[in-house]
Amino acid sequence: MPTKLQPHLTLLAYLYYMLQPILFALLLLAAFGLFAWQVRKIRANILVGRGRDMSGHAAVRFRKTLLVAFGQQKMFKRLTPAFLHLIVYVGFLVINIEVIEIVIDGLFGTHRFLGLLGPVYDGLVAVNETLGALVIIAVAAFWWRRNHQPPVRRFTGVELRAWPKLDANIILYVEVVLMAALFLMNSADLKLHRLEGRFLPGVYPVSHFLMSLLPTTNLGTLHLLERVGWWAHITGILLFLNYLPSSKHFHIILAFPNVWYSRLVPQGQFSNVESITHEVKAMMDPTYEVPTPPVGPDGSALAPTPFGAKDVEDLPWTALMNAYSCTECGRCTSVCPANLTGKLLSPRKIIMDTRDRVEEKYNSPLIFQPNIYGEEAKHEPVTDLMQATLLRGKVTPEELWACTTCNACVESCPVNINPLESIIEMRRFLVLEESAAPNSLNVMFSNIENNGAPWAFSPSDRFNWADELFVAEKVTA
Amino acid sequence: MTPTIPTPPAAAKRQMTVPTVADLAAQGKVPEILFWVGCAGAFDDRYKRVTRAFARILEHVGTDYAVLGLEESCTGDPAKRAGNEFLFQMQAMQNITVLNGYGIKKIVTACPHCFNTIKNEYPALGGEYEVIHHSQYLQQLINEGKVTVKGGESFQGRRITFHDSCYLGRANNIYEAPRDVLAALDADLVEMKRSRANGLCCGAGGAQMWKEPEPGKKDINIERTEEALATLSGQAAALDNLRGVETERTAPAAHSLQGSIIAVSCPFCMTMMSDGVKHQEQESTVQVFDLAELVASAEGINR
Ligand code: SF4
Ligand code: SF4
Repeated sequence: MPTKLQPHLTLLAYLYYMLQPILFALLLLAAFGLFAWQVRKIRANILVGRGRDMSGHAAVRFRKTLLVAFGQQKMFKRLTPAFLHLIVYVGFLVINIEVIEIVIDGLFGTHRFLGLLGPVYDGLVAVNETLGALVIIAVAAFWWRRNHQPPVRRFTGVELRAWPKLDANIILYVEVVLMAALFLMNSADLKLHRLEGRFLPGVYPVSHFLMSLLPTTNLGTLHLLERVGWWAHITGILLFLNYLPSSKHFHIILAFPNVWYSRLVPQGQFSNVESITHEVKAMMDPTYEVPTPPVGPDGSALAPTPFGAKDVEDLPWTALMNAYSCTECGRCTSVCPANLTGKLLSPRKIIMDTRDRVEEKYNSPLIFQPNIYGEEAKHEPVTDLMQATLLRGKVTPEELWACTTCNACVESCPVNINPLESIIEMRRFLVLEESAAPNSLNVMFSNIENNGAPWAFSPSDRFNWADELFVAEKVTA
Repeated sequence: MTPTIPTPPAAAKRQMTVPTVADLAAQGKVPEILFWVGCAGAFDDRYKRVTRAFARILEHVGTDYAVLGLEESCTGDPAKRAGNEFLFQMQAMQNITVLNGYGIKKIVTACPHCFNTIKNEYPALGGEYEVIHHSQYLQQLINEGKVTVKGGESFQGRRITFHDSCYLGRANNIYEAPRDVLAALDADLVEMKRSRANGLCCGAGGAQMWKEPEPGKKDINIERTEEALATLSGQAAALDNLRGVETERTAPAAHSLQGSIIAVSCPFCMTMMSDGVKHQEQESTVQVFDLAELVASAEGINR
C-alpha cells in the first residue's frame, strides 16, 4: 500500500528539482573546466620535449591502437591480471554510457532518460550492474596482489615511493566507492518504484537483491537515498576525473594517443642523430654542404642543441608522453635482465623520474607535487630546480650503464612505452657531451677507431680465419 | 654367406679459397651475396669456428658469395649502443662507401648485431641492402633441399635448447627461422621458459660485452645459463623460481644433462653461454654450438 510523501518533504523535493539543473550544470562546468586546465598543463609539459615527426601511417597506427589500447593485446601475456584488468576496463567503457544518461538527467530533470531505449536499456543496465559487482571483486583481488606480504614483485621497488604507493591504493578505493554509490542509487530507486507500484525501466540483477537489504520502507528516505547515490556517483566520477592528471591512472586516457604515436620501426632500430650525420659527411667529403644552423629571431646563431639528453627538454616529446602514460605496473622492470639480477637499473624508474622531473621543473597538476611526494626515498631534496637535471639529478649513470639494450622492457609494456630510447639518449649525453663513459668502453671506442674492431686485434689478422680452411665432401649414400 | 659391411669411403677434404669482393671486382664480377663476417666472427677464436662452418656451407651449396676480407670494419654497433653516435656514424659511412663502391645488394651475416645495424640503421645513412641473418639463410637452404642435414653427425635423441638473441628476436622479430633449422636436425628440442619475445638477454648486448657488469646479485649470463641447464635437465623447481616470466607451462620431466646442447645464433650469446656453462662446471656435459656449426656437422662437411 503506497504511502503519501510527507508534505514538507514534497516542498523540499520541489525546491530541489527546481535547483538541480543549475547546481548540476555548475558542477559539470567546474569539473570539466578544472580538468581542461590540468590537461593543458600536461600538454605543455609534453611539448617541452624535442620535436619529432610522428605523422602518417594512419592505417597502421589505427590497427595498433585497436589491438594494443582497445584490445589490450599486450595484457594477455599473463591471464590472471589480464582478466581482472579487462573487467575494470570494460566497466570503465560501459560506465561512460551511463554517465551520458546522468548528464542528461541532471541537466534536464529527466529520470533514466535512456529508458526510452527499451530492451537495449534493460541490457545496458544489466551489464552495468554485473560489471559493477565484478569490478568490486576485481579491485579486491588487485588490492590483495598489491598489498599482501609479500606482494607481487613488480609492485615493489625503490621507485614506488610514498606517493605512487598511495596513488595505486586510492584508485582502488575510489573505484569501490563509485560502484557502491551506483548500487545505492539503483537499489533505492528500484525499491521506491516497487513500493509506489510504478514501473522503472532497466533490469537490475544486483540491486534487485540489494533492495531487500535496505533497512527502510519510508518513501521519502528512499527518495533521499536514491539522490544521495546519484550525486555521490557523479560527483565521485568528476572528482576522480580531476584526480587523474596527478595519478598513474591518467593512462586510461593517454594510453590511446600513446599507442597511436608509438614507434613503427623494428625495435632494434635506434635513431641516427642527424646533426652528427652532417658533421661526419662533411669530414668525409670536404665538398659536402652542411645545412646552416638555425638562427634566433634576432638573427644570431642559437646555442647548439646538446647531443643526447641531459634533461627532459632534450628528450623527444614522445618520451614525455610515455612518462604520462605509464601505469607504473612494473612489467618492464620485472623482465629487465639487469633489474632481476640485482642491478640498480629499473626501466619503470626512468619513466617515473622523467614525469617527476618535468613536473618539478614546469607545471604540476592539482594534487601531485613531486617535491612533496617523490623525493624522500632516494634523493637529496632539490634546492635549485633549474640547476638539477634529469640525468644525475634523478637518474644515475650507474643505472644507465647497466642496460643491455635487450628491448625486454619495450616488448612488455602494455601501453607501448619505450624506456630504452630515453636510456640511450642519456648515454649519448654522457659520452658525447661529458666524455663520461666507463673506462673500459673508452678502450672499446679507441679500438674501433684504430683497429676497426672493438677488440685490440691487428686489422691485418682479420682474414686469418680463412687460412687453411678445408671443407669435407659430403658422403652421399 | 657373411654380409660384408661396406666401409664408408674416407671423407675427402678439399681446401677452399674464400673469395673476396676485391678479387671478384678485379675480374669484373659482383658476388650475388656478401658474407659479412663481423669482428667476433673474424677475431674471436671460438666464433671463428662458426665463421668457418658457415663458409663451408656456402662453399658446399655453391653459393655465389664473397667476403670483404681486410676491407671489412666494425659496423659501429657497440659504439652506437654505448651512446657514441659519432664513432658509429664514422664506421657506418666508411662501410657504406666500401659496400656501395662494390655494388653490393645482398648481405648475409651470422651476427645479429651486424644484421640489425646494417639492416635498420644503415639505410638512413645511404646504405640500402637486402640483409639476412644466417639462420634465415640456413632455413632457406634446408627448405630448398640444398642442405639435408643428413650424412654427418646425428643429433637424434640429443636435447637442444635454443637461446633467443635479443637482436634477432625482439629487435627484428625473427623467432622461427632458427627453430626451423634446429627442427630439421631430428634432435629433441626443448624450450626455455623465457623464450621468443619473452627471452632473457645473455647479458652482452648494448656494449656490455666490453665492460664489467654493474654491481648486482648475479651476472645475467649466469641466470640465463641456469635456466638453460634447468630446462635441459628438466628441473622444474629451478624453473619455477625464475622471475619475470610471463608465460605459464607445465613442469618438465627430469632428464640427464649429458650430451645436451645450448644452441645460439650470435657471437655474444656464444661467449656468454659458454662462460655460464663453465661457471656451472658443466662444460663436459653441455656444449654450446651455433646453428651453422650444427648444420655443417649434420651435413658432414664440417672438417
Ligand atoms: S632494454 Fe635495458 S632497461 Fe629495458 S629491459 Fe633490457 S636491460 Fe632493462
Ligand atoms: S613503462 Fe610500461 S611496463 Fe613499465 S611500468 Fe610503465 S606502463 Fe608498466
